[in-house]
Amino acid sequence: MAKLTLDDLRKLREEKRQALEIRETDNKTIQVIVGMGTSGIAAGAKRTLNQFMTCIEQYNLTSVSLRQTGSIGLDHAEPVVEVKMPGMPDIIYGRVDPEVAKLIVERHILGKELVNDHVFDRPAPDIVEG
Amino acid sequence: MAFNHYLLVCGGTGCESSNADKIYTNLKSQAEAQGVAESCQIVKTGCFGFCEKGPIVKVLPEQNFYVGVKPEDVEEIIAEQIVKGRRIERLQYKEIGKAGAEKSAKGGIENIGFYQKQVRVVLRNCGFINPEDITEYIARDGYAALEKVLFEMKPSDVIDELKKSGLRGRGGAGFPTWRKWSFSADVKDVDQKFIVCNADEGDPGAYMDRSVLEGDPHSVLEAMAIAGYTVGADKGFIYIRAEYPLAINRLKIAIGQAKEVGLLGNKILGTEFSFDIEIRFGAGAFVCGEETALLASIEGERGMPRPRPPFPATNGLWGKPTVINNVETWANIPVIITKGGDWFANIGTATSKGTKVFALTGKINNSGLVEVPMGTPLRDIIYNIGGGIPNGRKFKAVQTGGPSGGVITADNIDVPIDFEHLQELGSIMGSGGMIVMDEDDCIVDVAKFYLEFTVEESCGKCAPCRIGGRKLYNLLDKISKGSGTMEDLEKIKSIGNAMKKASLCGLGQTAPNPALSSMHYFYDEYLSHIKDKTCPAGVCKDLVTYTIKEDKCIGCTLCARRCPVSCISGERKNPHFIDQDKCIKCGECFTVCKFDAVLRA
Ligand SMILES: Cc1cc2nc3c(=O)[nH]c(=O)nc-3n(C[C@H](O)[C@H](O)[C@H](O)COP(=O)(O)O)c2cc1C
Repeated sequence: MAKLTLDDLRKLREEKRQALEIRETDNKTIQVIVGMGTSGIAAGAKRTLNQFMTCIEQYNLTSVSLRQTGSIGLDHAEPVVEVKMPGMPDIIYGRVDPEVAKLIVERHILGKELVNDHVFDRPAPDIVEG
Repeated sequence: MAFNHYLLVCGGTGCESSNADKIYTNLKSQAEAQGVAESCQIVKTGCFGFCEKGPIVKVLPEQNFYVGVKPEDVEEIIAEQIVKGRRIERLQYKEIGKAGAEKSAKGGIENIGFYQKQVRVVLRNCGFINPEDITEYIARDGYAALEKVLFEMKPSDVIDELKKSGLRGRGGAGFPTWRKWSFSADVKDVDQKFIVCNADEGDPGAYMDRSVLEGDPHSVLEAMAIAGYTVGADKGFIYIRAEYPLAINRLKIAIGQAKEVGLLGNKILGTEFSFDIEIRFGAGAFVCGEETALLASIEGERGMPRPRPPFPATNGLWGKPTVINNVETWANIPVIITKGGDWFANIGTATSKGTKVFALTGKINNSGLVEVPMGTPLRDIIYNIGGGIPNGRKFKAVQTGGPSGGVITADNIDVPIDFEHLQELGSIMGSGGMIVMDEDDCIVDVAKFYLEFTVEESCGKCAPCRIGGRKLYNLLDKISKGSGTMEDLEKIKSIGNAMKKASLCGLGQTAPNPALSSMHYFYDEYLSHIKDKTCPAGVCKDLVTYTIKEDKCIGCTLCARRCPVSCISGERKNPHFIDQDKCIKCGECFTVCKFDAVLRA
């Protein structure tokens, strides 16, 4: 990327903001976001991430984008995964081992139902978009 | 078939004990009975916190939050909420009379949830953005503060905004950030100034800074550039402990990306302002987190503190004016600039503004990072966010400020937590570690642990810390072995007070705190160790013995099989015996016995 000017920066911010928003509402796109901080990785987040990759391939889910983020702070519930998709509330899942990751794909993404015992609450409202 | 409602029943242990299971099954059968089982899913969740107000039922997508739900309420929940789509006001959680919350309602933290106890300013992007993609940071107002500063604000405006915000350093001492910056800004006629980020986070049990750097590295880079512009520096260093490989890696990626797009480097955004950041690895010593030792370490010297004044703000790296702030302090700054100092000052208490991130660990159900407005009482953190103490044990105390701090006991659980109140209680804010203890933790043992740490980490330059710390440790060790005397308690006090006054840096000045504070609040427990030669919590090995009660032992052999030193003998179905000469007092037999046949005394 070339060096940004003020206008470039503002344009980039707007474009990227919209891109992220569209991803959330666009009927096609589903986001699976895996927390990859030290605590997540220590609890096995890499295996979880790999399992999601395998399942996405297996079911040929071309509309799912797999993303990573830092730790949301729910260390007792790591690995933590957020799933955002149209027609469903945004859900944070905790203690997502590979088995639960598979359930999330099969039940939440394909079956549009929540996975029992693994739903956690978002710790705080978002001050940036809020 | 798709659900249009989700009813989440909190299945945490706190709620479970108060009927959550019953509510879950009732909801299922009521949904069937009222013919809505197809359109609403009943889900059991992990702990939501708020255990004092459990059981909790949350309704999605409406986000209604029902507390204190009883099995009898279930019929109404299905009938009103699901069938008719109406919220049940009677059950909906409303925050009443909480100082912080009332303020936030009128004070401009937009969209504050009805029930959320946390306010995430520092952690605003952690868990939202991909930390390895600068464009995601930019999309969430990233670098908007730098932009505003460079194009719309004079350096003095930035300092005014920080002054308005009331931001104080999060690295321990709570020094007003605006003042530190203006000391450096006011120095004229120097060819070079520096900006430093203190990411040496060495307190046992603290990892707030690590999480920020791993989850949102650009917020720190942006803030450092803002400081560079404000005080007139073009060079920054991040001093980070080498034990944080992931954070280091993310920082490197972030710096690389920022340079690539020209948000760091020469002539940022086409202006005359240039700023560069380099990473320096910590030398692996706790004392290197102390600012003067840290600067010495960056210069390539041995990391030892020097007397202040002169302060780094005027005489820092290579004698040049240097602004040094903590990671969390930095992470606050971009938001203060974009949302304004007044917005920030609306959160928190009169003297302590904004939020504080705590690393909640130890005997707590929901360990993790919590960010709450300054002034939040400990009770909210432990019970509403932390989910209470595991296994039904009793809360004993919380250690704040790590090896430099002290304990907060159950008696003070409702005191608002801010810089001043913690100091009044004989502890300190420190960097934000919070280690929860329950009745099974021995206070003498805990104090000994911290002294062992500070003795190990003392750099040895000044005698009060080097000798005093060792003396304190030896006295605590003696007490924990049952050979302490009442004079020893007096000695701890006088040595501790001398260390506070005479030590060169904060390490030695605060090292006695864990001992002094625990003696103040748990004097009786010290007395038990000294006079009765007992350790009430059963931790101090020299003061406990494990024996097997013959009439209770059924000879199941479990303890004998579990004993790591094989010192338990006995025939199957006959009472067993512990060989006291070989016993290492690990307590395994006590823990595994299902018949209460093992006695700890
Ligand atoms: C022994 C000792 C260790 C310290 N460790 C740290 C540390 O790990 N991180 C930190 O930010 N500040 C640490 N400090 C505090 C720093 O000296 C300094 O006050 C701080 O970096 C200033 O930043 P602030 O104003 O943003 O809080 C330590 C102080 C002492 C005495």
